[in-house]
Amino acid sequence: MQVQAPVIAINNLTKTYEGGAGQVVALANVSLQIGAGEFISLIGPSGCGKSTLMRLIGDLTQPSAGSIAVKGKTPTCARRDRDYGIVFQAPVLYDWRTVQRNVELPLEIMGQPRSERARRSAEMLKLVGLSEFEQAYPRQLSGGMQQRVAIARALVFAPSILLMDEPFGALDELTRERMQGELLEIWARTNATVIFVTHSIPEAVFLSDRVVVMSPRPGRIEAIIPIDLPRPRDTLTREDPHFFALATEVRERLRHS
Amino acid sequence: MAVVQANLKQLSPAARGRAFAWRWGPALATLLLVLVLWEVGVRLFHVAVYLLPPPSLIGARLLERGSFLLGIGLYTFEEALWGFIIGCSLGAAVAVLSVRWRWIAHGLLPFAVASNAVPIIALAPLVGIWFGSTTQGSKIVIVAIMTFFPTLLNTYRGLLSPAPEALELMHSYAATSTQSFLKLRVPAALPFLFNALKISATLSIIGAIVSEFFGGPLKALGVYITSQAGIGHYAEAWAAIVVACGLGMAFYLVIVVAERLVMPWNTTGES
Repeated sequence: MQVQAPVIAINNLTKTYEGGAGQVVALANVSLQIGAGEFISLIGPSGCGKSTLMRLIGDLTQPSAGSIAVKGKTPTCARRDRDYGIVFQAPVLYDWRTVQRNVELPLEIMGQPRSERARRSAEMLKLVGLSEFEQAYPRQLSGGMQQRVAIARALVFAPSILLMDEPFGALDELTRERMQGELLEIWARTNATVIFVTHSIPEAVFLSDRVVVMSPRPGRIEAIIPIDLPRPRDTLTREDPHFFALATEVRERLRHS
Repeated sequence: MAVVQANLKQLSPAARGRAFAWRWGPALATLLLVLVLWEVGVRLFHVAVYLLPPPSLIGARLLERGSFLLGIGLYTFEEALWGFIIGCSLGAAVAVLSVRWRWIAHGLLPFAVASNAVPIIALAPLVGIWFGSTTQGSKIVIVAIMTFFPTLLNTYRGLLSPAPEALELMHSYAATSTQSFLKLRVPAALPFLFNALKISATLSIIGAIVSEFFGGPLKALGVYITSQAGIGHYAEAWAAIVVACGLGMAFYLVIVVAERLVMPWNTTGES
């Protein structure tokens, strides 16, 4: 799959926590290479370390052993270079900012001039279909709309890596499927590499180039399943027999984990 | 409240008036009913004036001595306001320092929490000895102490209120700690700060009046209430109490209005 050098290279990564009952091994000897522009899903039961792996890549927590190279740099350097856009399960919008000013937040931190911020946020809000809600406050929006704002905010400074931690986990099934379709459309217009943490098998299969199946105690990679469904993918993809075959394969590997 | 307001915007003036009447009518009716029952009860049972003067008598005194009462009210309000400004700004400032340097928090917050259980007003006679029992200064000091701790505690909680993810976003943008502070912690703390200001507005009026009970010039509301009650002018004392209530409510309302102006996101979109 990867011909070019990987954008993210993970080698023998281990993460342990000091728990109440001694050491908890969240992640043990994980190695993974991720290519530029790839869409990778991390799937597995609770406690398999999928969120920990994402957080380690994003420099939100530090490894106990092993290494991560992001574009040849440490995660801390990559973060300082603003390589990461992050979307959490909760939208985490700032209540006191309008939708537009929420999307502009990263640009504001990075010292972009006002006109440039307005232009880029308008562009992103158009992309997520929320142009007419620019001046609304977050609490005036539905959960799905709030998560669209969060995605626009994560992408507004064109980060090369998008880290998503169960971003659609709190949405109802129909909204969830629509958001998955929209995410693929948005992703197709960026060159971003996506690390997507999820509990949902159909979601992982529908979105990804590769699904990384993880297992708990200690957290490790059980299998890596390439998803060779053609792109662009749409609702018909979900009815494709091959889609079901791949979902079954992921399910089997999860069961063995 | 917000729901009613949101709906009002879409209504015709007449309908808006009706909605307003429905919203505030019952409260007004309750007030009138209480006043009527009070008046009738006092007259019917021949209640002595020193126990409870009828509202009509209090109203008459209020009209007669209105400008005088307002004058002494403003004298006392001045103490409340200065104490409020000093106590609340020090409280907010120390909260900021406590978030920056946690040892300050660890040194001070246990006492701030404990102060909830301490009747600070009991200090009033002693503060009077230190700062002069007839001066405005001693009252300002009492009010400042009374408003300092709730403002410190609430603001501190507010500054620490952002969710871990909200802070992680700032981290991921490589924001400086000053940027995180100004663009995340401070706005997140505003609702907490305004809660503290509302509590402090009420406390400051109470603090000023009660500390005047322990001494002050005759042109002070608290002194006037005790002295009039002492010489049998009960209706005058009651009229002064009405003025005190009015000042307290007005101060509170000013904070509420300021809150809405400063935090429009808090009152819109609850429909």
